[in-house]
Amino acid sequence: MIGFPLFPEVASTIAGGVDTLYFFLVAVTVFFSTLIFGLIFYFAVKYRRVSGRALSQTTETTHEGYALEIAWSVVPFLITLVMFTWGSSLFIANSRVPDQAMEIRIVGRQWMWKVQHPNGRNEINELHVPIGRPVKLTLASQDVIHSFYIPAFRVKQDVVPGRYATMWFHPTRAGEYHLFCAEFCGTYHSGMIGRVVVMQPEDFQKWLGGVTEASPVQTGEKLFSEFNCVNCHATGGRQRGPQLGGLYGTDVLIADGSRVKFDENYIRESIINPNAKTVKGYPPVMPTFRGQLTEEQILDLIAYIRSLTTEKDGNVR
Amino acid sequence: MSAKNYLNVSYGARSWLLTKDHKRIALLYLASITLFFFLGGAFAVLIRLELLTPQGDLVQAETYNKLFTMHGVIMVFFFLIPSIPAVLGNFLVPMMIGARDMAFPRLNLLSWYVYTIGGILSLVAVVSGGVDTGWTFYTPYSSTYSNTAVMVTAVGIFITGFSSILTGLNFIVTIHKMRAPGLTWFRLPLFIWSNYATSLIMVLGTPVIAITVLLVGIERFFGVGIFDPKLGGDPLLFQHLFWFYSHPAVYIMILPGMGVVSELVTCFSRKRIFGYPFIAFASLAIAVLGFLVWAHHMFVSGMSPYAGMIFSFLSFMVAVPSAVKVFNWTATLYKGSISYDAPMLYAMGFIGLFTLGGLTGLFLATIAVDVHVHDTYFIVAHFHYIMVGGTVMAYLGGIHFWWPKISGRLYPEGWARFAALVVFVGFNLTFFPQFVVGYLGMPRRYHAYPAEFQVLNVMSTAGASILAVGYLLPMVYFVWSMRYGAKASSNPWDATGLEWQTPSPPPTENFEQTPEVTWEAYDYPSKDKEKEPQVA
Repeated sequence: MIGFPLFPEVASTIAGGVDTLYFFLVAVTVFFSTLIFGLIFYFAVKYRRVSGRALSQTTETTHEGYALEIAWSVVPFLITLVMFTWGSSLFIANSRVPDQAMEIRIVGRQWMWKVQHPNGRNEINELHVPIGRPVKLTLASQDVIHSFYIPAFRVKQDVVPGRYATMWFHPTRAGEYHLFCAEFCGTYHSGMIGRVVVMQPEDFQKWLGGVTEASPVQTGEKLFSEFNCVNCHATGGRQRGPQLGGLYGTDVLIADGSRVKFDENYIRESIINPNAKTVKGYPPVMPTFRGQLTEEQILDLIAYIRSLTTEKDGNVR
Repeated sequence: MSAKNYLNVSYGARSWLLTKDHKRIALLYLASITLFFFLGGAFAVLIRLELLTPQGDLVQAETYNKLFTMHGVIMVFFFLIPSIPAVLGNFLVPMMIGARDMAFPRLNLLSWYVYTIGGILSLVAVVSGGVDTGWTFYTPYSSTYSNTAVMVTAVGIFITGFSSILTGLNFIVTIHKMRAPGLTWFRLPLFIWSNYATSLIMVLGTPVIAITVLLVGIERFFGVGIFDPKLGGDPLLFQHLFWFYSHPAVYIMILPGMGVVSELVTCFSRKRIFGYPFIAFASLAIAVLGFLVWAHHMFVSGMSPYAGMIFSFLSFMVAVPSAVKVFNWTATLYKGSISYDAPMLYAMGFIGLFTLGGLTGLFLATIAVDVHVHDTYFIVAHFHYIMVGGTVMAYLGGIHFWWPKISGRLYPEGWARFAALVVFVGFNLTFFPQFVVGYLGMPRRYHAYPAEFQVLNVMSTAGASILAVGYLLPMVYFVWSMRYGAKASSNPWDATGLEWQTPSPPPTENFEQTPEVTWEAYDYPSKDKEKEPQVA
């Protein structure tokens, strides 16, 4: 038997806040539509044309109109101001990623979501997460725009090719929830769906364990030498590029004198379009790797570069 | 034998296809947009039938995607945008201001030809396999990935855009230069104000969509990286450019409808419109603010959250003039003498449905809620309340109201009231459940969907079939009335507008003598007072 729900499940920390605001908006809508419909109905009955009723009683013109006009401009303005303030502050609060979030990366392509956990465990069109801790997703698209949407969590984020998107949620109820692609992405758009499985932490650990796949850091390390990144970015030898250890999360000085945050998007750009922002003091000699790496491989490289410290700085040989 | 009028002054295809008479051009438009309306409607019927069951079983996914794309393209670009301005506007603007024709009659005819060429191209696209990008043509899907007739459709839209630019230009000049003596700006019917505001948007906004379409073509044919990141382009640039036109285009669609409703509400409640200058300036405010809200379509696109906040704020601002209009129409009824002829039923339907459509727009301007409902059926329901509940209701109301003037015949009132009721019921049953299924999380443009959404979708499909009957009825009785309808007097509604001072149907030159205007558009009280001795 199929259920017939009228309201979505509430399964994340932000869902309740969004719903409260939604109910406020519903209340405003009900109030004003009742007011308008009620008045129209009342006037329609009370002032219906009756033959014989002299028209002259309906001919006077209202001059007290200005006060009314100002009132019904200012009152809606003030109400929308409340909506704006509430909606924006909730949005800003909801877009701040908590510090201790666990990270999962997701690559969208026509027509599937590929998920990889930090220990290397892969899944397709499914996302397993533990209950009770924030999860941060880093999302990339291999082809067109997709949108990662979990209604039960009230979260949605477009995944635009060529840049990373991040989103986060904090699941509060164990269970299985819909995962949809919300941005039309081609023929089997409606097949780009899956489920989010929220598990008890111990079940999640059990599910996560027993992995045979390599972790992104391990794959990234391999790619780092396969694509000869190591030749220029390792210490010693003919060092033509900056050492990468410890750079992640810091601001680096680039050639034009400005500073850029050394993060996922900057690393990605430097791989695809190396001369866009070169680090000051290094010649713009890096070749582009556009078209040579998949989105997953770029993410592996980023995971590896993130793992480097000043002590272990990519000098792997 | 009646006197010569614009319909019987000459016969034959040539006399229509080479006409410079704004009234005949309006009828050319009426015929073409009616064709597109029923074509777009047929696509909608197929969409709703597919969604009757959760599985994708009636048509293939590929076909389904083409159906909703063609439905959107045809309804937006070939029906809604030209509907009220090109049919009612063309017919009425010169008559309402006491002019013999538009300022540029040849340009007016050219705009119909340009529209027709664009329309034929889009039909070629349908026949040659269709297009599957959604009417929004988001890149890089449209510019690089889709293997369908994207460019034919896009060129069709590009060309049709020029017809709205020409129409807008013609309206602006005509309204500025050709008003009858004594017809000051604040004596103008509000229909003229709203078409004036619409024309400003058409002239300023349409070139942007033309440029955008051109850029997609350059990327598709020459591989120049503009929107596709693989070529070094930026997909979000497309969205900014697209919505910079397409959001104001929403106001191109709704503002003329507001103009129609202002005419209907006053005539059928025998009252001056309440707050004339406020309604007039609200139209201009909507036209201006409408240009500043485009990125509210992009709150979850990865745009800066602070940019999102600014666009959220501006979107709320545009709600205020819309609310002002609704309050003024409602207040106009107060102490009126209201009759319920079909045009008034449509006008009241418009006010109700537009109110709901507008209020649900606030949900979407509220960023935190938009994150959840963006790209779901909530949006679909919202814009259909505005576009179909608003614009189409106003359009039908207007066609009924001015039908005696256009055709010289009366339509059957009983059937018309019945049809208005059917449309209202069918519309709400179709689109109200979509708010619910949207908040539940059903994404739009889904060929198949989870089974738990089925009940609401069945309601929607049931409503759509009622709505279809409601739209077919007027089609039948309007055609019937052209032959069998009672002859209309010059002013069957006892309305005050200049267009009612001339015979129905009007002579080619509209007025035998240029009228001189000494009253304001909605001087119903004194008009009725004149008649009072006869009533009493």
